[in-house]
Amino acid sequence: MDIKRLIIVAVGGQGNLLASRVIGEAAMLSDVAVRMSEIHGMAQRGGVVESAIVFGDARSTIISDGEADLLVGFEPAETLRALNKCNGKTTVITNLSPLSPFTVTIGKAVYPKLSQIQELIRAKTGKLIAFDARNLAEQAGNVMAVNMVLVGAIAQTGILPISAENFRQAIRSKTKKAFAEVNLRAFDLGFAEAGKTG
Amino acid sequence: MHKLLTDHPGQKLLLLGNEAIARGAVEAGVAFASTYPGTPSSEISFNLFQISRESDLYFEYSTNEKVALEVSAAAANAGVRSMCMMKHVGLNVAADVLMTLAYLGTKGGMVIVTADDPFMFSSQNEQDNRYYAKLSGLPQLEPSSVEEAKAMIPYAFDLSEKLGEPVLFRTTTRINHSNAVVTLGEIRDRKAKGDFVKNPFQYVCVPAVSRKLHVQLLENMDKARHMAETSAYNFAEGQGKWGIVCNGVSYNYVSDAVADLKIGDRTRILRLGFSHPLPEKMIKDFLRECEKVLVVEEGEPVMEEAVKAFAQEAGLTLSIRGKAPDLFSRLYEFDPAMVRKGMAVFFGLPCPAPAVPDLSDLPAIPQRPPTLCAGCSHRATYYAVKKAAEGRETIYPSDIGCYTLGFLPPLSMADFVICMGASVGTSCGFSKVTDKKVIAFIGDSTFFHSGIAGLINAVFNRHNFTLVILDNGTTAMTGHQPHPGVDMTKLKMEGYGRVSIEAVVRGIGVEHVTVIKPFQVKKSIAAVREALDFQGVSVIISQEMCSLYAKSLKEHKARPFSVDPEKCRNHRNCIDDLACPAFYLNKDGGVAIDPELCWGCAVCVQICPEKAIVPVKK
Repeated sequence: MDIKRLIIVAVGGQGNLLASRVIGEAAMLSDVAVRMSEIHGMAQRGGVVESAIVFGDARSTIISDGEADLLVGFEPAETLRALNKCNGKTTVITNLSPLSPFTVTIGKAVYPKLSQIQELIRAKTGKLIAFDARNLAEQAGNVMAVNMVLVGAIAQTGILPISAENFRQAIRSKTKKAFAEVNLRAFDLGFAEAGKTG
Repeated sequence: MHKLLTDHPGQKLLLLGNEAIARGAVEAGVAFASTYPGTPSSEISFNLFQISRESDLYFEYSTNEKVALEVSAAAANAGVRSMCMMKHVGLNVAADVLMTLAYLGTKGGMVIVTADDPFMFSSQNEQDNRYYAKLSGLPQLEPSSVEEAKAMIPYAFDLSEKLGEPVLFRTTTRINHSNAVVTLGEIRDRKAKGDFVKNPFQYVCVPAVSRKLHVQLLENMDKARHMAETSAYNFAEGQGKWGIVCNGVSYNYVSDAVADLKIGDRTRILRLGFSHPLPEKMIKDFLRECEKVLVVEEGEPVMEEAVKAFAQEAGLTLSIRGKAPDLFSRLYEFDPAMVRKGMAVFFGLPCPAPAVPDLSDLPAIPQRPPTLCAGCSHRATYYAVKKAAEGRETIYPSDIGCYTLGFLPPLSMADFVICMGASVGTSCGFSKVTDKKVIAFIGDSTFFHSGIAGLINAVFNRHNFTLVILDNGTTAMTGHQPHPGVDMTKLKMEGYGRVSIEAVVRGIGVEHVTVIKPFQVKKSIAAVREALDFQGVSVIISQEMCSLYAKSLKEHKARPFSVDPEKCRNHRNCIDDLACPAFYLNKDGGVAIDPELCWGCAVCVQICPEKAIVPVKK
């Protein structure tokens, strides 16, 4: 298969690392070679968490600037900040529900307008899929399921050679039993939404 | 059962590099492990800690890396397979042990893991610990991948036992914190008990003995060099006249670049995984096949200098390059595109530049620096000290931990940070040569690690400063590992002692010692003021459990607060002085508190001039 490169950016606490585990497990189930790396030094203290996942016949576990096939942002400003990882063909999926940095919440910095964020991403990449994943997570039954909504959107793009069923199987085996149903609903809602947007 | 104890050889698991290393240790029959936690090594020891609770593996969090290495060295010299792991700068602390342990050697297998952190994702420097292999003369292994890391650990133990000395196992963050699919192997039996056979002419390093032991170390280096020549972890691959010598993660970037640049038919790669002592003959043979050679290694030009020296000995004049302004930097970590570009430049190939879009028109994106959590006791302590010190000129030496984040405004409570424990030692110097009030900060775990010796020095030499010990009951920064002051019964663990920081401080002879509860703002300010007035060494012990730790122990009971808009006059002391992340400005520009984030510490309640912060009604 062609090598595919996925970057996920999120704010600490949004469940990026669990999403990465689920994606990695789903790749294993699909017999797709997978390697990933993560930087999560101060995740619990409000910092940015970045995962890089490389599928196929590559040895590197990190992704250089301009080389992501797919960028997934759990938070709109973080998606914008990670545009250096993209090129003109990259597909970008972003949650549109912001988590304001502290400097913004106390009025000492300005959060970019959501419309501007989307226009910029559209202009500089191949495709943008943008929606409110928080809203869908709430519909699924738990606001914490934003990560699984976005995994659903990743599955819908078909960029990764992993079937939706293998994603579902990975969600069942890698997320807590008590949340499995909510997570699967979140996945399905994200999958359906990504089909409508873009 | 812990997943790393799974006894199904051949089963595939997606593992973090550090889990793979811990699994490698399990497969090698490691029976004894010690550490002081430090990123990026911490998950290795955390997994072994968990495994020790359901097997006969002995594991301990030692007070510091030096002690950890001594503990494991003794177990190894009683014939028990031992592993000691630490972050790169931890090996500086343990270096005194390392350098002479290399002379004494070990009987049972011993592996010392040093986790380097190029780019300093969570470290104070990016020193290249491969120099410790050169400095100590010990053999060194460096994996290139997660899978190889697991496989190399049992090999490292066998190697250690063959040579009768510890083996250094050097990783970088991108090994420790990468995930890949790992195939489980057989688990060897653990031998948890050993015996120490006296032999003073091997184990007592008086000069006459050490003179012989140094001879033995050099003989061992020769033996190790021979093993490196035939080790499966040193290999050449590919055909052609262009040579690349590489190690660790650089090998991955080189392999991918050879494919991207389509130079597989012209390129020969020498990957060195058993990288000290270097396989001299293998390298010279490799050089003879090449017209030019590029050395690709993160950090310092360790291999490059050695390879150039080998070429000189072999009478070869080919071009050998690595670190250079047009090729590779000593700074930071490599990435695939950077290595591809360096190879293209060196071999004179076109290199398609990555098509990064023009981002010059992006608006300013607000930064998201890590901050002290809502309910963090450090914020409260900093506030109290700042208020107590008002009107004085101060210097704030600080130390390594979450509280280092207090250097950011508005707290701005760290002026000088070097390494673990240095807040106390540097305070001695600052207070002697300046007339400013010196107030040092150190965490509880760091105090035990290396703050105590500085404090003894201060009492003996009659220095004049205030030391604030931020006692939050755990090693918070690295993920809540225990330390000697921790109440282990809270973790439902039996069989541990507990060392009182206050008793230690008083025992050292500090005359002015006060314990404060930092959430009691007025009392804390008064107590700190008294300590600052004291001539000599004074110590404040600020006790309040880490909020994240309290949450994980289910000990958090306080209720959140909110701002009463009727009373609030928008002074914003709460925001401007405390910068607690639970605060925000609502749509009308009024101060508000997010009840999901508010911890209920009530520090803001006590500083609000209008008394406008009140408990959230049920």
